[in-house]
Amino acid sequence: MISIQNLHKSYVTGNNSLHVLKGLNLEIGEGEFVSIMGSSGSGKSTLLNILGVLDDYDQGDYFLNGKKIWGLTETQAAITRNAMIGFIFQSFNLISFKNAMENVALPLYYQKISRKKRNMIALEYLDRLGLKPWAHHLPSEMSGGQKQRVAIARALISNPKIILADEPTGALDSQTSMEVMEILKNVNDQGITVIIVTHEHDIAAMTKKIIRLKDGIIGEVITNGDLQLYRDRVKSE
Amino acid sequence: MFDLDRWNEIWHALAKNKVRSLLTAFGVFWGIFMLIIMAGASNGLKNGIVEGVAKFATNSCFMWSNQTSEPYKGFKRGRYWNMDSDDLTYVLNNVPEIEYLSPKNFGSRMNGGPNTIRGFKNGSYNVKGDYPEYVKIDPYTVLMGRWINEMDILEKRKVCVIGQKVFEQMFDAKENPLGEYLKISGVYYQVVGVIKPETQININGRAEESIFLPFTTMQQTYNMGNMVHFLAITAKKGVPVSVVEEKVKALIKSRHSIAPTDTQALNSVNIEQQFQQISGLFLAIGMLTWIVGIGTLMAGVIGVSNIMLVIVKERTKEIGVQRALGASPRTIITQIMLESVSLTIVAGYTGLSLGVGLLELVNKILESRPATGDRAFFTHPEVSITVALASLLVLVLAGLFAGSIPAKRALLIKPIEALREE
Repeated sequence: MISIQNLHKSYVTGNNSLHVLKGLNLEIGEGEFVSIMGSSGSGKSTLLNILGVLDDYDQGDYFLNGKKIWGLTETQAAITRNAMIGFIFQSFNLISFKNAMENVALPLYYQKISRKKRNMIALEYLDRLGLKPWAHHLPSEMSGGQKQRVAIARALISNPKIILADEPTGALDSQTSMEVMEILKNVNDQGITVIIVTHEHDIAAMTKKIIRLKDGIIGEVITNGDLQLYRDRVKSE
Repeated sequence: MFDLDRWNEIWHALAKNKVRSLLTAFGVFWGIFMLIIMAGASNGLKNGIVEGVAKFATNSCFMWSNQTSEPYKGFKRGRYWNMDSDDLTYVLNNVPEIEYLSPKNFGSRMNGGPNTIRGFKNGSYNVKGDYPEYVKIDPYTVLMGRWINEMDILEKRKVCVIGQKVFEQMFDAKENPLGEYLKISGVYYQVVGVIKPETQININGRAEESIFLPFTTMQQTYNMGNMVHFLAITAKKGVPVSVVEEKVKALIKSRHSIAPTDTQALNSVNIEQQFQQISGLFLAIGMLTWIVGIGTLMAGVIGVSNIMLVIVKERTKEIGVQRALGASPRTIITQIMLESVSLTIVAGYTGLSLGVGLLELVNKILESRPATGDRAFFTHPEVSITVALASLLVLVLAGLFAGSIPAKRALLIKPIEALREE
């Protein structure tokens, strides 16, 4: 699903050049449930932006679903994002003046699907997440957990291959965080690749694979067998 | 291609910031409103003056004698002199460019105390001696009877034509003045006509309050000999009035032993030149109106542009989210352009309607005023449909212009930068 070889990315500000990603290699298969961890400055946000086709890279290769992502125009990038990727953000990023249903339906608006039809689909997704009674409420009338569930529904509505979640539980209390992770796990069970960027160990421990970034490259990959060990370690911490 | 969601989006974006949107819209509204009001007012002023003098012969000049200012041919300076009846035939014979020549003499003045008596009524009016040709220069509407004719001049008939006010004051409303007699400065004249002026131009007192005698009658009755006080002349088509004016003045001066260089002895007014000056003034007023109006409008448009920039900045995150969800740059550009275009159009159209409405109201009030003799120098303030359409076009273009800068800015925002903003 995702294949990255020797990825380099620097940010240039004035005369200074900050080399963030230094030849990163990464393979994520279809249907994986992955978390990306790392201290601040390790390059996890940068990697997420490149994965989400929100930013370009300087060097290397990035294949998304077998297609090389390189030199896309803004319009092509927008289409790719719309079709392939669902985003979930720490601060939910719902449109404040649209109600839950309209927020969920937004990606379909960009696909030029009629208002009636996309609102119907949006209601279906809200129902799946148990939010149907809240369909006509504005984001300001909902709790954090509800807002994040609306955001998840919005990420899912365009049938993406990948869900990219940037600190999805960062603004939520622990119980709501668990609920949201449970939902993401269900999403993953349906075969959608889920990638979570987080710095919380217990959140990362709920995924099936942890990728630790260190200084712009992969520092450590913890998978299946080791994961139990990792979980124990997290608990003891 | 009506897209409810798109308009919903626009409405929300503008309505969410009511104060800001209203202030911006007010800038544009005020610009177009002022433009319309000023254009209308300058038109009204122009119409008022043009209608007041429209029927007056613009190809005319007037002259009258004065003390000489230079010694000439043995005469001292400061000599009093007068034009005379012989000048008339001489000038007519020697200046073929003259269309009409009409002498005019002035009798007793309105402010000199009552000079007109009929039975128990009396009044004071301007008494003037005129030629039939005079109405070709300064037209009068004949309300009853007739104007002075050739026979009156030839036979020096003791008849008179009276102004509307004179009729109202000397006669009862239902009375027929024709054939009745008025005693004017001691002599009886038979009334043969009642007139009303068609222009606002008055020579030696208002025509409504004047009594007109045949020119020759006046000369004889009041011992004026063959003296001529005043000359009204029009030039034939295609001949500049100044040419006729200069020729006539030179001839008359030479006949009366006045130095050709004496500018004071024979005074004159050239209406053609006056009109050109007035038209120039209106042109200048019109241009000023447009410069100020368009400037105001531009200020409004720049205001809209500015506000749109702020909106874009404020909505950076929202635009970032939209782009992350797959909104193409075009969708976003269209969105912002439509926002500013609709803001300018709605505001501008309101300004346009209110401006035109106000002009219409003023017009109604002006028209409903009783038509007295005192006509205002301000009538029919109006804006042509061309001006209205042009301003609407300017608005749409302005809206596009106002939208394009922030739209470009919105595109420069990378979604990541927008989303990172915490």
